[in-house]
Amino acid sequence: MNEHTVKRFDAELTELKALVLQMGGLVHEQIDWAMRAIVSEDLELCRDVIARDHVVNFMDVQADERIVNLLALRQPMGSDLRTITSLGKAVTDLERIGDEAERIARMGLQMFGGSSLGVPGPKLLRDASSMAKLAKSMLTDALDAFARLDVDLALSVAKQDNDLDAEFQSALRRLATYTMEDPRNVGHVINATFIVKSLERIGDHAKNIAEYVIYLIKGKDVRHVSTETLTEQVLDDD
Amino acid sequence: MQSTYEADNDALTDEPPAERAGNLGHVAPSTPEGRTAEIEGTVGSIEVDNPRMVTRGVEVYYGDKRAIHGVSLDIGRNEVVSMIGPSGCGKSTYLRCLNRMNDTIEGCRVSGRIELDGENIYDRALDVVQLRARVGMVFQKPNPFPKSVYDNIAYGPRIHGLTTSKAELDELVEKSLIRAGLFEEVKDRLDKPGTGLSGGQQQRLCIARAIAVSPEVILMDEPCSALDPIATAKIEELIDELRENYTIAIVTHSMQQAARVSQRTAYFHLGYLVEVGETNQIFTNPRHKLTEDYITGRFG
Repeated sequence: MNEHTVKRFDAELTELKALVLQMGGLVHEQIDWAMRAIVSEDLELCRDVIARDHVVNFMDVQADERIVNLLALRQPMGSDLRTITSLGKAVTDLERIGDEAERIARMGLQMFGGSSLGVPGPKLLRDASSMAKLAKSMLTDALDAFARLDVDLALSVAKQDNDLDAEFQSALRRLATYTMEDPRNVGHVINATFIVKSLERIGDHAKNIAEYVIYLIKGKDVRHVSTETLTEQVLDDD
Repeated sequence: MQSTYEADNDALTDEPPAERAGNLGHVAPSTPEGRTAEIEGTVGSIEVDNPRMVTRGVEVYYGDKRAIHGVSLDIGRNEVVSMIGPSGCGKSTYLRCLNRMNDTIEGCRVSGRIELDGENIYDRALDVVQLRARVGMVFQKPNPFPKSVYDNIAYGPRIHGLTTSKAELDELVEKSLIRAGLFEEVKDRLDKPGTGLSGGQQQRLCIARAIAVSPEVILMDEPCSALDPIATAKIEELIDELRENYTIAIVTHSMQQAARVSQRTAYFHLGYLVEVGETNQIFTNPRHKLTEDYITGRFG
């Protein structure tokens, strides 16, 4: 893409993109820390994650402010408009991902913060670990797709979300089995259910971001359709 | 005055619209002018259902220089079509073809097919004065006649003999001023010079003058470029209201204005019609790179 005649506009757009990607990097690390905290039963790390959500929220506010200013002062059109609106929506999803990471950390405090339930067995969180790996890779891919305007990568995020949903379903089945094996597990199973639900939601948010990338590149709104329709719409044309 | 009409019978055929839309534009040779090589026909659908005006393969020469290259475009009924593009792109030249204003320019030659309600407007038998009553025009600078407000409006109906009595003429003047949203502001000074009004009022006076002769189409060539934002907003509101009864083609340098007032937008570049489409689509997701560069402010 050529530069704008008004160079300041390019600089402002670049700064906004950088801020959003930086925010993406931060929430990715939040998921990472939250998972590490619960796997290693690190209460201190849980508290760090919870405290750092303020930084995510601050970046959310900052990005929104820049977006409103760009809309008012530059009156963007065409791909600029699509870039700015897509970034604005992505910011909201990133903020929500931050909230989910915080929620996971809070579950960690409940599970290992000296409750009367005792410490849960390691197999209870096995599904969470593998789901977290997938959710993080989806987020990384969605952010990379944004940075590189890579429509194929964005499409792959949408497909990975189907895998994550399937993992979520089997995780729920296994958690139900643990409860049946020993009803005393039920307290921990509930906590573990919240954790896998959060990870499933993170995947949804990553998929949303990927859909904004497709809108940004193709000018087509591909939300709320099946993966097959989405793929068709992205591949058909030009 | 030299204006010839060369019949271009190949332009209108019974081919299906989809096939025609893409093929009509002419492939431009690479020229020292620069980016014309990037233009291969018009992107988007040039046709509309039941058009008010049909133009096909319109070419305009000023002497040896070709200012418009094979522009084909329909103008629909009761729609506002805006023409945008950088200076010298041919948008005003094209607009002036639509009521033969180019006839008055020395050395200007127009070819191609231009029809109003299916009638060739470059037909030798056609009365140009009548044509300009059917296709009115509003210019960049308000140009009221050096006459009273009343006579500015009454002039057209008088020469075209549209009214039979003073009472009827009074009523037509009042109705035209009301339609142009000016009546309340000038009703007590109808006998004062039109040139004494403010710029925005003068422009609405010119619009009232144009609609007094019941045109089918109103051409506007940057009607707001000499006006402040409030007067501009009034004209834009007026354009929206006039759309109910008239077809409007507007040339504007303000993309925001094109976005605000028009339903379809045509992007011109170096004499070519590069892209035409729904205004929403042109400004959110243009298909041609030249359009994208222009609307996002990327022209170096």
